[in-house]
Amino acid sequence: MRFIFKTDYDQDIRIFKHSGYWYSYSILLLVLAMAPFVLGNYLQSQLVFVFIYATVGISLLILVGFTGQASLGHAAFLAIGAYTSAYCQQHGVPFVVYFPLAGILTGMVGVLVGFPALRLQGIYLVIATISFGAIVEEILARWESVTHGNEGMKLRTLELFGQAVPRDSPGFYFLCLAVLILVILATLNLLRSPTGRAFVAIRDSETAAKSMGIDVAAYKVRSFGISATITGLAGCLYAHKLSFISPEMFTLLLSIEFIIVIIIGGIFSLHGAVLGAIFIVMIDPFLTTLKDDLPGMIGNLVHVFGADVPTASKVQDQAASIASAPGLKGAIYGLIIVGFILFEPTGLYGRWLKIKLYFQTFPMYKAATFKRQKTYVKSERNR
Amino acid sequence: MLDFIQQLVSGVALGCIYGLIALGFVLIYKTTEVVNFAQGELLMLGGFFAFTFIALLGLNYWIGFALAVVCMAAFGAASERFVLRPVLGSPQFSIVMATVGLGFFLRSVAGMIWGTDDLKIDTPFSTGVLRIGDLVLAHDKLSVIVATAILCIALYLFFTKTQLGTAMRATSENMLAAYYMGIPVKTVVSLTWAISAAVAACAGVLLAPITFIHSNVGLVLALKAFPAAVLGGFGSIPGAVVGGIIIGVIENMAGFYLAQGWKDVAPHIVLLTMLLLKPEGLFGHIGRKKV
Repeated sequence: MRFIFKTDYDQDIRIFKHSGYWYSYSILLLVLAMAPFVLGNYLQSQLVFVFIYATVGISLLILVGFTGQASLGHAAFLAIGAYTSAYCQQHGVPFVVYFPLAGILTGMVGVLVGFPALRLQGIYLVIATISFGAIVEEILARWESVTHGNEGMKLRTLELFGQAVPRDSPGFYFLCLAVLILVILATLNLLRSPTGRAFVAIRDSETAAKSMGIDVAAYKVRSFGISATITGLAGCLYAHKLSFISPEMFTLLLSIEFIIVIIIGGIFSLHGAVLGAIFIVMIDPFLTTLKDDLPGMIGNLVHVFGADVPTASKVQDQAASIASAPGLKGAIYGLIIVGFILFEPTGLYGRWLKIKLYFQTFPMYKAATFKRQKTYVKSERNR
Repeated sequence: MLDFIQQLVSGVALGCIYGLIALGFVLIYKTTEVVNFAQGELLMLGGFFAFTFIALLGLNYWIGFALAVVCMAAFGAASERFVLRPVLGSPQFSIVMATVGLGFFLRSVAGMIWGTDDLKIDTPFSTGVLRIGDLVLAHDKLSVIVATAILCIALYLFFTKTQLGTAMRATSENMLAAYYMGIPVKTVVSLTWAISAAVAACAGVLLAPITFIHSNVGLVLALKAFPAAVLGGFGSIPGAVVGGIIIGVIENMAGFYLAQGWKDVAPHIVLLTMLLLKPEGLFGHIGRKKV
């Protein structure tokens, strides 16, 4: 176990707590830099989706995890970013202009959503953001002069400083990686600033924050704005990655998927967004391979346990028919959400911390360190 | 004018379905402060159960109806016991997400069991019409309105006149105080889920002749039932039904008189306006806490 010798108050707010982080993150960066040249096209493209999902996850963490404002409308923010980019690209605006523009415009919409959200708490906010998402989806489908309605919009290849960056190229990969890293660094910086501390104070207790002189309304709106801006930037990349966008891509289900990202990853730390994004994006290829291989494996297993060949093949067929049933993915998603909330409420990052502590304190690990405290239901009706 | 009344009645019928789903939200919200995002899926399951009993097993409509309601009540209590009770007391947002996950799961599993086609149940109300002058009212829509009225009266009597109902109201007022008074709070919460699932099942069976049953019907309807519940004030039982009827009528009128596209957006616009102007809803009230 490492004991950090503190010699300076600034150490408490450093982004890297000790030199060990420099080494581990440099190695991670090196691995990520080599990845596109080592991995195949498919995995590289999945990694790009991981970066984009992680960017959205971080924007959600700022809002949900650190300010305590629920949102099930982030697909709408993503859509606004994506459509802004598509529209601007069609009108000949260069990428260096419309990329920030997508962020700014989405951020402005986020602020506009933030103002009504000031009066809402908890569940009302969730429902209001769902409604916002539904309205945006309908607008995208109906405002045909700009969005081409349900036909969707095609995006041309991204051009950066006159250089084409196709969506499968290492260049695009590095662009998304750079955006993710910059967003993470900016967010870390934000969270150690007075603004970030105000966000956390509002999450923990609005009344207490107010009595400490924090302008709750202003900070909530700011949180919405920042979160929406980052989502808008991610939306621009998302549109380029897919190269085709249409309204039915940005439904409530996508918003729920983003929330799953942070719940699975762990809602209290930025690591959570990245881990959750890896989980959500990589589960698809994983399930596909499982679907192909698992029935055969089950059949073999039954055979090993003494069943004759016809029975084993029958079991294998049964398993295959279950594995190829439509909608299995939804069921597994549901099980994952419920399972994580029931058994791993701190998410993957929480599990990682537990494992780390186990090895750091090896013979002395106490499971009770992370024991969940149960409280009585705190009423939201009286506030 | 005739068109107007026609639209009004079908709006009210649709609104009653929204109201019944919203009623389920409200019942659960009142006792446990959990918003059950799987309420629509409970409705869908109720419909599927009824389909199994009536169309597949060939039982009498009323017996099948009753069996579906009983099954769903048991299912509601079980889902409370195994999914919701372990997370009670954690942050509200994670509880909400647990119900979202439950909804995902139920929707997919129902799709896998009953297929993705639209299913139809033959009911005594499927075909008949009631004529008043030039006005033609379909029996299926009238049956929804009548059943909602009956259910509301029954629930009202249950909550005000019976001991169990009083215990439920006490639990919703203050869970801890109810514990101290010797009310078996856990059982009461399970029962609330059972009742709300039963209400959802009723709505599902009544809905069967109007829109067919398919695995996504719950999601679509629940998204409209949220505005209904908020409009009535989350936590008010008459409010849920009134809110549902208002939303149903507005949606139907918007679909009939306004351009295409307004139909789906209108309930959400009403909801956002309501949240801006009067977040506590028509019938609700938000208490103030002294710090």
